[in-house]
Amino acid sequence: MDNSRLSTVLAIPRRPWFWAFAASAIAYFATLSLTEGRGGGELLSAALTFASFSAIVGLGQMFVITLGPGNVDLSIPATMTLAGTLSLKFMDGAAALILPGLALALAVGIGAGIFNYLLIRLLRIPPIIATLSASFLYQSLAIWWNRGLRIKPPEALADFSTGSLAGLPNLTIIGVLIALMSWVVLERSLFGRWVSAFGQNTRAARLSGIPVETVRAVTYIASAVLASFTGYLLASFSGGAALNMGTEYLLISIAVVVIGGCSIAGGNSNVPGIWGGALLMFLVVSMLNSYGFGAGVRLIMTGAIIIAIVAAASGKGRSA
Amino acid sequence: MNGKYRILLPVLSLTVLLAAVFYLQPRAMSYFGLNLLFNLAVPIALATIAQMMIIMVNDIDLSVGTFVSFVACVTATFLNDAPLIGVAILLASILAYAAIGALIHIRQLPAIVVTLGMSFVWGGLAVLLLPSPGGAAPAWIRTVMTVKPPLVPMAVVACILIAGLTHLLIMRSSTGTLLRAVGGNAQAVARSGWSVTKLKAGAYALAGVFGVLAGVCLVGLTTSADANIALRYTLLSIAGVILGGGEFTGGRVSPVGAVLGALTLALAGSFLSFMRLSPDWQIGAQGAILILVLAVRLIFSRRGRKWKGAENG
Repeated sequence: MDNSRLSTVLAIPRRPWFWAFAASAIAYFATLSLTEGRGGGELLSAALTFASFSAIVGLGQMFVITLGPGNVDLSIPATMTLAGTLSLKFMDGAAALILPGLALALAVGIGAGIFNYLLIRLLRIPPIIATLSASFLYQSLAIWWNRGLRIKPPEALADFSTGSLAGLPNLTIIGVLIALMSWVVLERSLFGRWVSAFGQNTRAARLSGIPVETVRAVTYIASAVLASFTGYLLASFSGGAALNMGTEYLLISIAVVVIGGCSIAGGNSNVPGIWGGALLMFLVVSMLNSYGFGAGVRLIMTGAIIIAIVAAASGKGRSA
Repeated sequence: MNGKYRILLPVLSLTVLLAAVFYLQPRAMSYFGLNLLFNLAVPIALATIAQMMIIMVNDIDLSVGTFVSFVACVTATFLNDAPLIGVAILLASILAYAAIGALIHIRQLPAIVVTLGMSFVWGGLAVLLLPSPGGAAPAWIRTVMTVKPPLVPMAVVACILIAGLTHLLIMRSSTGTLLRAVGGNAQAVARSGWSVTKLKAGAYALAGVFGVLAGVCLVGLTTSADANIALRYTLLSIAGVILGGGEFTGGRVSPVGAVLGALTLALAGSFLSFMRLSPDWQIGAQGAILILVLAVRLIFSRRGRKWKGAENG
C-alpha cells in the first residue's frame, strides 16, 4: 500500500505536465523573492486571470493538434477578434443582451469552425493554409463590421469578467471548468478515444469504423467555439474589443499546448499541462518584467525557456 | 501529383493574376511597371525558399518572419557601420540555424515548437538592435537592388536567378537529392550510411542562408529597418511553398514553384490595390485568392490522391 503510494509520488516528475507547473512555481517564487513576498496574492490572481484566456484557447488548439501532424488552427486570433467585435457591437452596452450576445459569439465560433472544416474537407487544403486563409477573411469581416470603434461591454458583464468568487477570479473558474470538461471528453468519453485514435493512426481509425470525418469536423468547430468564447470574455474583460486583441494568442495557443506536454505528433493530449503552460507563459513574462528586463531580453528569455522546456520534457523516442 | 503537374498550377495562377493586373492597369505592362509590381517580391521569394528548405525535411519553420526582421536590423546597423562585425553576426546566425536543425533531430523535438521558441529569440534580438525603426542600408546593397539591367527589370532577373540556382541545387545536385530523401524516408537515408543529423543541419543552414539573403535584400529596398519589418513573411512563406505545389511531408517540394508561389502572393496585393477595393477587404480578399488558387489545385491533384489527401490533410 505504502509502496504503491510512494511510486505514485515518484511518478509525478515523469508526467508530461510536471515541468510546466514546476517551472511556473520557480518563476512565481523568483518574482516574489524580489519583493520579499509582498504582492504574492495579487500576482497569483493576475496569473490565474490572464492564464485562463490562454488556457481556453489552448484547450481548443490542443484538440486540433491531437488530430496529428499538420493539424493546427491558425484562425484562433481572427475568430477571437470577430466574435469579440460582433458581440460587443450587438450588445451595445445593454445588460439585457448579455446572453444573446454570448449566443452570437458562440454562433460566430460555430460558423468559423464549419467554414474551416469545409475548406479542409471539400477543397482538401492543408489545415495550416486553410485556417490561415480563412483567418484573413474573418479579420476583414471584423474590420468592416466594427470600423475601429471601441464599444464598451454592458456593465454587469464587465463586472463579472473582472470580479471574483471566494477569492478565485471568475474567469479562472470558467477556465478550470472548461478544462475539466475537456478532460472528461478526452479521457473518459468515446469521442475522446476517437480523437486520440485519429491522431495515432488515421487509416487504422477509419478501418475500425470510427467516423473520422465527424471527429475532425467536431474538433475544428470546438476549437473555433472556444476561441470565440475567449474573444467574448477578453473583450468584456478589457473594456472593449480591439482589432488586434487576438494577435498574441496565435503563438501562445501553440506554445501552451506544447509546453503542457502534448505530443505535437498527435494522438496524445494532456489537459492539466495546458493550465501549467498558460500559467508559465504569464509568470515568466511578469518575472522578467519585475527584474527590469527590457522587451528584447524578455522575448529572448521567453523563447529560450520554451525551447529548454521542450528539450527537457520530450524525451527521446517521440516520432515527430 | 507528379512533377509535370506540380509546376502547372503556380504557372497558371501567376499568369491569370498577371493578365488581370495588365487588364486593369495597362501601364503596368512596362519595364518600370513590372519592376514596381515585383520589387518587394524578391525578399518574399527568398524567404519562401528558406521555408521550403525546412518543409523539404518534413519540418516547418515558424521563425522565418522574425529571422528576416532580425537580419534586416543587423543589415541596417552593423553591416552598415562595421561591415566585418555585421558579416560575423550573419554567419553566426546561419550557424545557429544549423545547430537548431541538429538539435531538433538529435533530441527528436517537434520543429514547430523549437522554431516557435526561436521566433521569440530572433524577435528579442531584433528589438535589442533597433528598439525604434531606423538604421541605414549599406550603399552597395542599394546599388545591387536598384540596378537597371537592359530589357528585363531587376526584380524579374533576380527571381529567375533564384529559381534557377535553387532548382539546380535541390532538384539536380546529389546533395539536393539526399536532402529531399531525408523528407521522404529519413530511416532509409540513415540505413544507407548517411548522417541524417548532418543533412538536417545542412537543410537548416541553407534556410539560414536564404533567410539572410531575404533580410539583406529587404533592407536594400526599404533603405531602413525595424524589428517588425518582416513578421508576415512566416505565413507568406508557408503559403508560397504550398501554392508552388510543395507538400508538408515527403520531401516533395519545387523550388521554381515556390518562387512562382511567392510572386503570386506578392502580385495579389498589387492586384487588389488596382481593383480599388475598400481597404477593409484587402486582407480578406488575399485570403479569398489563396483559397481560390488552392481550390484549383484540386483539379490537378484529384486523380490518385483520394486517400492520401484525406489522411495527412
